[in-house]
Amino acid sequence: MFSWFGKVSFVAYTKVSDFAVHLKDGRLMGSRCKQCGATNFPPRADCADCLSGDFEYREVSGRGTIYTYSVIAAAPTGFDDDVPYTVVVVDLEEGGRLLAWLGDSIATDDIEIGMPVQVVPKIFDEIEEIKVYYTVEKTGTTWEKAP
Amino acid sequence: MSRIGIIGAGHGVFGRRSDATVQELAFEAFRAALEDGGIDRDRLDATVIAAVPEYHKQRSVAGVVQEYLNLNPRPTWLTEVACASGSAAIRTAWMAIQSGLHPVVAVIGCQKMTELSTPEILALMGRVGEVQWESVFGTTFPGYYAMFATRHMHEYGTTREQLLEVAIKNHHYGAMNPNALFRKEITMAKALDSDPVASPFCVYDCCANADGAACLILAEEDVANSIAGDRTVWLDGVGCATSSMSVLRRPDLTGLPSAQKAAEDAYKMAGVTAQDIDVAEVHDCFTIAEIMAYEDLGFCAKGEGGPFISDRRSYIGGDVAVNVDGGLKAKGHPIGATGVSMAVEIVKQLRSESGERQVPDAQVGLTHNVGGIGQYTFVHVFKRS
Repeated sequence: MFSWFGKVSFVAYTKVSDFAVHLKDGRLMGSRCKQCGATNFPPRADCADCLSGDFEYREVSGRGTIYTYSVIAAAPTGFDDDVPYTVVVVDLEEGGRLLAWLGDSIATDDIEIGMPVQVVPKIFDEIEEIKVYYTVEKTGTTWEKAP
Repeated sequence: MSRIGIIGAGHGVFGRRSDATVQELAFEAFRAALEDGGIDRDRLDATVIAAVPEYHKQRSVAGVVQEYLNLNPRPTWLTEVACASGSAAIRTAWMAIQSGLHPVVAVIGCQKMTELSTPEILALMGRVGEVQWESVFGTTFPGYYAMFATRHMHEYGTTREQLLEVAIKNHHYGAMNPNALFRKEITMAKALDSDPVASPFCVYDCCANADGAACLILAEEDVANSIAGDRTVWLDGVGCATSSMSVLRRPDLTGLPSAQKAAEDAYKMAGVTAQDIDVAEVHDCFTIAEIMAYEDLGFCAKGEGGPFISDRRSYIGGDVAVNVDGGLKAKGHPIGATGVSMAVEIVKQLRSESGERQVPDAQVGLTHNVGGIGQYTFVHVFKRS
């Protein structure tokens, strides 16, 4: 299922494959080590601190602040139709970080380091197979979650 | 521990070398190094080859190079840590000599990057980062360094012009280097006007892929003294450190922690400080990378890298001459060869053989070779005596 994650996927199999399923359901999942309690985003199955392989998913709010960004003009294979697109690194409120595209609710010219944002799960409508990702939107942006 | 000396250094022409295979490129640098040191090929005990395999149609390139140099049955092996492969090979040679196993070792960095078609290059470009969480959003190599630049500009007020002043300096010196890919000066107006790549970068913030090779011959102290005598340049400090693959696991994106640690270790081993360095080759794959290198290596304080280039403190005659062979920017960046090329330049500088680019009375030199976006950094300190 992890091949659902991203417009172009390079990773089909991982111990945290369900991340993509949760994302399809509108949930952004980090991980927590059941042994020592260490938390991670992105999620990881094997604890970097205590070496335990016993983990559980932990939902994060997606609220965070912009750490840095770049507007990509020269794209690699699979993204040539998307240029220019803005990649953003977001520091999440609950700890951890993610990299995502700037969404439609924030104009590229308005982006600022330190601005509060909301990361929103998305599904590609224009691609037939299931493809999920997330974008960086204005704070307060809402979306639907599966029950 | 024995001192390890450099007894031969050779460099081929970097550029679009559609006239030669990778082993033919390797041969040019190898022959030049033997001639430079007046070394009989039979003195070599082993070779270490540096190359990044995914660019070559020929798989397991060390084998074809070893054969073409007519060095069978002596041992060889490949080192690969992305753009730092060349320095990893030098470190490996240093260890092989220290161990007593191989008293004389040739290091050959070679790369043929223009063998691949543009679509193949673009596909590779999409996998330079961490592929599970980052490449899925179309990150690129310039894009990563661009994000460092964006943050550095935000925190320290580094300017667009300061970034490009790095490129202007490196083209200035590249114009004097017969082995460089680009041998012409550039102006600020022209640089600012070039096509966007990944904001804030445009074309002139980025180094270019190239084909090329460089070779270094290293030897144990007594052998070095007997073969090269006073011409020996000593590799007295070797530092190597790593940082996370993913930028999501790195709190600070205004410098490279691996470079700071590698520098600290190399300085300590060589018994020098940043202020002792007369000439340095740093990994300027993008303009911000050289500015961060000034800071990570301790040539200036954190955040002062912008003013450091504006005040021309990294030109010949400044605090420390940096990339006076043109750097990756003007010389070109055949990724497996780059670390070895840096070392060749430092050896020639410390021997006062660099002609119009010579740094006066250079006694201590340094190379700073980065793999990826600082996942691996090697810092080496060289001395004249």
